[in-house]
Amino acid sequence: MAVTIKLPTILRKFAGNEARVTAEGVTLAEVLKDLESRYPGITKNVIAEDGGLHRFINVYVNDEDVRYLGSLETPVADGDTVSILPAVAGG
Amino acid sequence: MSDPQPTARFTEEQVQRYARHIILPNIGGAGQRKLLDASVLVIGAGGLGSPIAMYLAAAGIGKLGVVDFDRVDVSNLQRQILHTDADVGRPKVESAVEHLRAINPTIEIEGHDTLLFSTNVYDVFEGYDVIVDGTDNFPVRYLVNDACQFMGKPLVYGSIYQFEGQATIFLPGQETPCYRCLFPAPPPPGTVPSCAEGGVFGVLPGVIGSIQATEAIKLITGEGQTLEGRLLLYDALHMEFQEVKIRWDADCPVCGKEPTITELIDYEQFCGVPAR
Repeated sequence: MAVTIKLPTILRKFAGNEARVTAEGVTLAEVLKDLESRYPGITKNVIAEDGGLHRFINVYVNDEDVRYLGSLETPVADGDTVSILPAVAGG
Repeated sequence: MSDPQPTARFTEEQVQRYARHIILPNIGGAGQRKLLDASVLVIGAGGLGSPIAMYLAAAGIGKLGVVDFDRVDVSNLQRQILHTDADVGRPKVESAVEHLRAINPTIEIEGHDTLLFSTNVYDVFEGYDVIVDGTDNFPVRYLVNDACQFMGKPLVYGSIYQFEGQATIFLPGQETPCYRCLFPAPPPPGTVPSCAEGGVFGVLPGVIGSIQATEAIKLITGEGQTLEGRLLLYDALHMEFQEVKIRWDADCPVCGKEPTITELIDYEQFCGVPAR
């Protein structure tokens, strides 16, 4: 199951400055694990040390915040888009 | 539509100044009257604050406030279009008020030359119907959110970083999301660089700030569909807009079912960084 991952600016340096990459998996956890294997270090600001999602960075499957779906166990389907969205404060 | 003679209460000068609004469907005389009767506070006279305040002044917001503590620096001029080269070194609020009066001398414009703290935010916000956030740091963003929730004021949110921006509105009241529902915790200090550290594309705040001004005007006139419950994401580099849903968090410490934060806190301590 290939999904598109939209990367925020702060994570693009891990992926050769690409704004969108692909990864495989049937759950968000699997997708992020695959993403990490392709671009080492990229998920350290997404997944906390306790294995859960950080609270200062949001992850969406299509347009839905995964905190309201199933967190890391959220199922993903072929063609879905996973967006990683950090809080930014600039003005 | 509800006012049979919408222009009757306008001065001749106002009819001319706001003619393109008054003839516009969905604004009209009634909408323009609402704008003239409204008060809006713009937080920050910087990248976002510039287009927000300029468009709101031009639109005839009856009372427009601007709050900022900083002085104009030459490095601001790449994007902060409210200020000019001649303003370098002046307090931003002083420069902002002067330029906004030049755009529209017929409205009330108020400057607040101060940093916002838990101790002064209620005094500054009092007397404004709508708050528009164009600040540049997490402590003030959480402070502004909490103060708006506690005071029952709508908040028009926007933020930017490098080539990307976000915008939405947060309404007070039952089961509507606030900024903490969207981002429950600030990033640990050092993980997200500031615009001073990471740079910012000069036109970016023009786009996001203009969207914030649009939302403020729609909120006041009651026309159209606002960004309530939707976070608009903009990527200038790829020229893409995207939308994601914002859900009300029943466990939110400020607006949830059983709030644990019921008064303003120390936001610099909460975020681990100073508010400047």
